[in-house]
Amino acid sequence: MQPHELLLPRPEGLYCPPGDFFIDPVRPVERALITHGHSDHARSGHRHVLATRQTLDIMALRYGGDFAGSTQAAALGETVSLNGVSVGFHPAGHVLGSAQIAVENEGLRIVASGDYKRAADPTCAPFEVVPCDVFITEATFALPVFRHPDATREIATLLKSVEQFPERAHLVGAYALGKAERVIRLLRDAGYERPIFIHGALTKLCEYYQEQGFDLGPLEPATVEGRGGAFAGEIVVGPPSAFADRWARRFADPVACFASGWMRIRQRARQRGVELPLVISDHADWDELTATIRETGAGEIWVTHGREEALVRWCELAGIVGRPLHLVGYEDEGD
Amino acid sequence: MQAFAELLDRLVLTPARNGKLRLIVDYFRATPDPDRGLALAAITGDLDIPSVKPAMLRALVMERMDAVLFAYSYDYVGDLAETVSLVWPASEEAAEANSIRLSEAVAQLRSAGRADGPAVLVRLLDRMTISERFATIKLVTGGLRIGVSARLAKQALADFGGVDVTEIEELWHGLKPPYRELFGWLTGKTGKPKLLAAAPFRPVMLSNPVQDGDLEKIDPADYAAEWKWDGIRVQAVAEKGVRRLYSRTGDDISGAFPDLVEAMAFEAALDGELLVGHPPEHTGTFSDLQQRLNRKTVPTKLVGQYPVFVRCYDILREGKEDTRALPFMERRKRLEALVATLDPSRFDLSPIVPFDGWATLDALRHAPPHPVIEGVMLKRLDSAYVPGRPKGPWFKWKRDPHVVDAVLMYAQRGHGKRSSFYSDFTFGVWSGPEDAPVLVPVGKAYFGFTDEELRLLDKYVRDNTVERFGPVRSVRAESKHGLVLEIAFEGLARSKRHRSGVAMRFPRISRLRWDKPANEADRIETLQAMLD
Repeated sequence: MQPHELLLPRPEGLYCPPGDFFIDPVRPVERALITHGHSDHARSGHRHVLATRQTLDIMALRYGGDFAGSTQAAALGETVSLNGVSVGFHPAGHVLGSAQIAVENEGLRIVASGDYKRAADPTCAPFEVVPCDVFITEATFALPVFRHPDATREIATLLKSVEQFPERAHLVGAYALGKAERVIRLLRDAGYERPIFIHGALTKLCEYYQEQGFDLGPLEPATVEGRGGAFAGEIVVGPPSAFADRWARRFADPVACFASGWMRIRQRARQRGVELPLVISDHADWDELTATIRETGAGEIWVTHGREEALVRWCELAGIVGRPLHLVGYEDEGD
Repeated sequence: MQAFAELLDRLVLTPARNGKLRLIVDYFRATPDPDRGLALAAITGDLDIPSVKPAMLRALVMERMDAVLFAYSYDYVGDLAETVSLVWPASEEAAEANSIRLSEAVAQLRSAGRADGPAVLVRLLDRMTISERFATIKLVTGGLRIGVSARLAKQALADFGGVDVTEIEELWHGLKPPYRELFGWLTGKTGKPKLLAAAPFRPVMLSNPVQDGDLEKIDPADYAAEWKWDGIRVQAVAEKGVRRLYSRTGDDISGAFPDLVEAMAFEAALDGELLVGHPPEHTGTFSDLQQRLNRKTVPTKLVGQYPVFVRCYDILREGKEDTRALPFMERRKRLEALVATLDPSRFDLSPIVPFDGWATLDALRHAPPHPVIEGVMLKRLDSAYVPGRPKGPWFKWKRDPHVVDAVLMYAQRGHGKRSSFYSDFTFGVWSGPEDAPVLVPVGKAYFGFTDEELRLLDKYVRDNTVERFGPVRSVRAESKHGLVLEIAFEGLARSKRHRSGVAMRFPRISRLRWDKPANEADRIETLQAMLD
C-alpha cells in the first residue's frame, strides 16, 4: 500500500479511503477524527466524532452538547479498528486533550501530529514519539528564527515587571484554550498566589481545567464592580483580541503583554502594540520540529499548517523525503 | 550581559518616558560597576568599540547554516541583527548557565585586532543567549536604536542618585566610561566628582511661557525684551585652547560645525541661538538649519550652502571669571563688548527690543519683523543666570501658532494608557482639481485634545472605518463625509519625503470641527503659501 492510498488531502480534510474517515475536517462529514479542540481543527456538525474524552468535552463546551450526531471517546494508547484500519491516539503535548492520530493498515503507519510541542507544559500530557513510516507535521513556527525560550523564564520576566510597575495593570493576552490556563498554572508554579483576573471568554474553559484537576488558584472576573476600575499591580488574562478593544479601558495604565510564539519577533510585538512580549508557545519551535522528525524515524514527511517551505528544505538537506501537504481551510488559532 | 540584554529588550518596546526611566534606574540599582557604566555609555553612544560590518556578520552566519534557510529567515524577520541572533547555532541553556558579563564582552571586543576581530565575535556569540547576541550585534554594528536619548539617560542618572539633572549635565563632559566616580557619587560612596574637563558645559537657563495673569504681576520697566529666534539653543565654550559647541542638553555637537568652531576665537562661554545665514542681512529658516542638524560630520558643500552663526544671548564665563551670578544687564554689557571683537559673519547680538508696555510688546509679538522669529523673550534686568527653569526671571511669549483645517484620514492605536484608543491621527488637506479634489496627508498628531475628546475621536474612528492595516485604520474621508480637525502648528518646511511636499513642526489638534463639512477644509495651496 502506498502512503497516499492510506491518507490523502481532500477539500474536506485529510481522508483515509480504506477506513472511510477524515482527520480534522473543515466541513461536516460522516466520520471525523479530531486531534484537539482548537476551532480550526474541531468543527461542529459531523455525524460521528472520535476524539479523546477531553477534546469531546471541550467541543461540547464551545459548540454545545449537540455538536455531533454521536461521539466516541478514544483512550490514549489504545487502538480502535475502523473498517479494518487501525487507529491510535497518542498525546501531542499541545493543549489539554490533544492527540496525534496514528493510522495503520497493511504494515504502513502514518502519524498525523495535529499541532504539537515538546516543551514541558503542566496543563497537558507530554508529547509521545510514535515511530512511523510517514509523519505529518505541523509547521506553524517552521523557520530557524523560532526558538522558544523556557516558559518559566518568560513568567519570571512577567513577575519582575509586575514588581517594577506596581501602579500598572499587566494585561496578558492568551488564547482561551490551552495558553491561558498554562500561563495561569505557570504563574502559580512560580509562587504567584494573588487572585488572577480573567476575561469572561476564559471562564468556562478555566473551570473545566480546574474540574480536570489542574489547580489554577483563585480566579476572579475582570469586572469593574467594586474595584474602582484600577486593577493596579494585578495580572489580568484575556483573549488577545480583547486588549485592543474598549474592554481594556477599565485598567490602570496597562502593560500590554502577549503570550505567543510570534512574540519572538520584535516587529510582531511592536505592530500589536505589545509592551511586554512573552514567548510562550503551544507549538513546536524549529529545534523541536527537526528533532521530532528525526525521532519518529519516518522516511517521508508531509508538512502542513504553516511555513512548509523551510521545513521541506530542511528535509532535503537531511536526506528525508519532505513535501507540503496542501490542506484547505486551516488557519492559525491557538498562537 | 543578560541584564543589559533584557534592559534593551524592554526599552525598545516601552513607549512611555517614565517607564523607560524606571527600567534604567532599576538596572543601575541592580548592576555593579563597571557593567552599568558601560551600559550607560552604550545608551549615550559613548562606548568605544571596534565595529563590524553587516556584510561580515552575514558571512559569519553563512558559514554556519544553509543559505536558503537563512534567506527565508531574514526575509521573515527583516532585521539582520535580530535574524542572526535567533538563527545562530548555540545552546541557550549552556549560555544561561555560563553567563558572561557585559564588561567581559566589551573587554574582549576591544582587545581584538583587525585580523582576529571576527573570531573574537564568534567566540562571544557562541557563548551567549539570543537576547545577549542581539545586544552584542547591535553594539558592534553601531546604534542601539532603543528610543533612549542621551538626555533621558542623564535624567535616569539624576533619578537614580536623587540629584538635579543639571548637575549631571554639568559634569558629563569631564567623565569617561565606565563612570565609576559618577556612580560612586550617586550611590553616596564618594564625593561629587570635580569638574576637570576644559571647556565644560554649563546647564542652561530656561524660560516659562507667559500665562494668564503673569504679566499683571510684573512691571514692564523691570524687564528687557528680545526676539525669540527659531533656531536651536547652543552654548559656545572656548577655554585654554579647547573649543566646544554644546546643545542645550549638553551634547557636544562641535563635530558637525567646524565652520563655527574655527571662529570661536575667545576665552568665554556664550549662550545663543544657532542659525543659518549671513548676519545681519540674512537669517535662514529652521528648515535650512535642519540641513546641518543631527550629523556627526558635515560635507564641505553643506558648509558653504548653509553657513551657521550664533546669535548671542548671554555670557556665562569671561576669561577666568564666572559671570553667571551678575545681573542680566551687567552680563549684557560684557557680551556686547565681547561680540564686537568677533567675526561678524559667525557671531552677532540678539538685539534688545525697546517697548513701553505690554500692549506694544503684544503687537510686536504678533507681527515680528522677521519670519524666523517665533515670539519675544522677557528677561528681568537684575536676573542672575541660573540653571533650570526658575519661575519669574525669564518668560517666553510666543506668537500664536498657525492653524489649518484638515480632514482625518487614518488613525492608529496608541500605546500604554492609550492602547485601546485610536489616538494617533493622520490628517490631510485637499489637492487636485476643484471639482474632483483628493486628500493628501500633511501630518500626524497625537495630542492637543482632552480625554473626553479622545473618546469621541475613538468612537468616530471605529464607526467610520473603511479599511484596517494592523493597528491602523483608514477612516472614511470624502468631500461629503469626513471629520474636520483644526490643526495648530509652529512652522512649515518643504519636504521631499512627504507626498504633500510639506512637513509641519509640532502639529497638534487644537479643535474638533464637528460642525464643518469636509469639503470646506483647507487646500494644499494654503499651506504652500505659508512656505518661506
